Amino acid sequence: MSLILDHVNYTYDTSTSMSHDALRDINLNIKDGEFIGLIGHTGSGKSTLVQTMNGLLKPTGGNIYYDGADINDSDYDRRALRGKVGLVFQYPEHQLFEETVFKDVCFGPKNLGLTEKEINLRSFDALEKVHLEHEYFYQSPFDLSGGQKRRVAIAGVLAMKPKVLILDEPTAGLDPKGRDEILGLISKIHEETNMTVILVSHSMEDVANYVDRIIVMNKGEVFMDGTPKEVFTHPDELEKIGLAVPEVTYIVRELKERGLNVDTTVTTLQEAKETILKALEGR
Amino acid sequence: MTKDIIKTQKLTFDYIRRDEEGNVEGITTAVNDVTLNIAEGDFIAILGHNGSGKSTLAKHMNAILYPTEGTILVDGKDTSDENNLWDIRQTAGMVFQNPDNQIIGTVVEEDVGFGPENLGIPTNEIWERVAESLKAVNMYEFRTKSPNKLSGGQKQRVSIAGVLAMHPKCIILDEPTAMLDPKGRSEVIRAIRALNDVEKITIILITHNMEETIYADNIFVMDQGKVALSGTPREVFSRVEELKRLRLDVPQVTLLAHELKKAGLPLPAGILTKEELICHLS
Repeated sequence: MSLILDHVNYTYDTSTSMSHDALRDINLNIKDGEFIGLIGHTGSGKSTLVQTMNGLLKPTGGNIYYDGADINDSDYDRRALRGKVGLVFQYPEHQLFEETVFKDVCFGPKNLGLTEKEINLRSFDALEKVHLEHEYFYQSPFDLSGGQKRRVAIAGVLAMKPKVLILDEPTAGLDPKGRDEILGLISKIHEETNMTVILVSHSMEDVANYVDRIIVMNKGEVFMDGTPKEVFTHPDELEKIGLAVPEVTYIVRELKERGLNVDTTVTTLQEAKETILKALEGR
Repeated sequence: MTKDIIKTQKLTFDYIRRDEEGNVEGITTAVNDVTLNIAEGDFIAILGHNGSGKSTLAKHMNAILYPTEGTILVDGKDTSDENNLWDIRQTAGMVFQNPDNQIIGTVVEEDVGFGPENLGIPTNEIWERVAESLKAVNMYEFRTKSPNKLSGGQKQRVSIAGVLAMHPKCIILDEPTAMLDPKGRSEVIRAIRALNDVEKITIILITHNMEETIYADNIFVMDQGKVALSGTPREVFSRVEELKRLRLDVPQVTLLAHELKKAGLPLPAGILTKEELICHLS
């Protein structure tokens, strides 16, 4: 059930004077159940990449295979693919449109041609998964707070029961608590359903705290691909392309330089605390 | 003695929700009895979770909204007096969250010149102001470019230059970095800090990003329309638990120091920068 990208290229406005390459020779193998962070600065090709993954954009070169079949074959059922590879756009709450929250969530599964009962069951289940209180189910989605709206929008994609869930900066514009709620939710859904999750993010801290593999994009190419520990041991390279490592990683690296025996591969606050305490005890 | 550029006295603002016939459905008090003073030349940060009333408060500072009760004086002028409107808008400029919503010109320098042009300033001086504003935010080399071709951080700096060209005493920025990537963020924050340090312009920065506030002279934390906490960054960020209750964070460094302190290390409260922490640990 994996997603394989084989020599994928994408050029915007091909054969015009405005043509430019957004993706160059991307080779990736995304396995079932992985939790992946996709990082890179604005214009590095992240959004283009995720849009090729569910068939919204057709690569100008190379192939994408989902579950062993080429998704851009002329007889491939791309409508079904969009149910399997769910994409939550940036600011997804702008796409809410129905009269009630529940109806809005039903829209996705309805398009998959399911029975009425199945549609309702899935929508109910999805709203429960995003922890929306029952009292809001039949209210207008426009009366909810920003964080609630975003959870409804995510539920709309979850109700399609995707195998792969892609979220394009799901925490942009939320306050810190709202951000933690959304990320906690995604991580719990990942654990419970073993869904593959691809999280596009600008926050190194968020990525370090939640994912188990990081793909770094730069100028349309895969710049690095590895575990958070592997990727974040290269702060100089990351800074060169406008990114950074988590703040705590900088701290332990500097402490090491000053002669404290800490582990410099730590990427989360908890790990940093442990290694610093351990190093100080041993002194 | 420095004078206060912004002074609010028991400021209250109600949003009134109406149904289709115009009958009042309900009232939300967004700002509730706020009294605060902001000294000229200060760098102020306003924090608060979504819906805490911080943007509503900010919109009073250049007379986009008027208080339901109480008063607000901007550079000594009452915003509720219509005759003061032009002066106030010129004294206090505002920069919003989305860079794409506030750029109107087809060329960068044209966009920056829009404000001073509306003030009826002679053409020669407009060009001078445009050039100096663009230089102040480090965007002078882009002056003949189309704003569409700029990155988010660059666009946001053009927006700031546009406000700067009005020669304001005070600039209010409502989450100017929320939609930017880390590089764009640091460009904008650097530009803002330079305006405060070099040009002595009062800065009021509304943000969710705690790292951006550690250079502020004062922080106000809003909750349910009131000022819940205020003080220097060190004072505010030493109250980690309280901030968490207000749905906020503290900077990563401060949080790590707080955790280490809880585990028994002898560290002072409210450490703000990594240099400080490293200094204390080694």
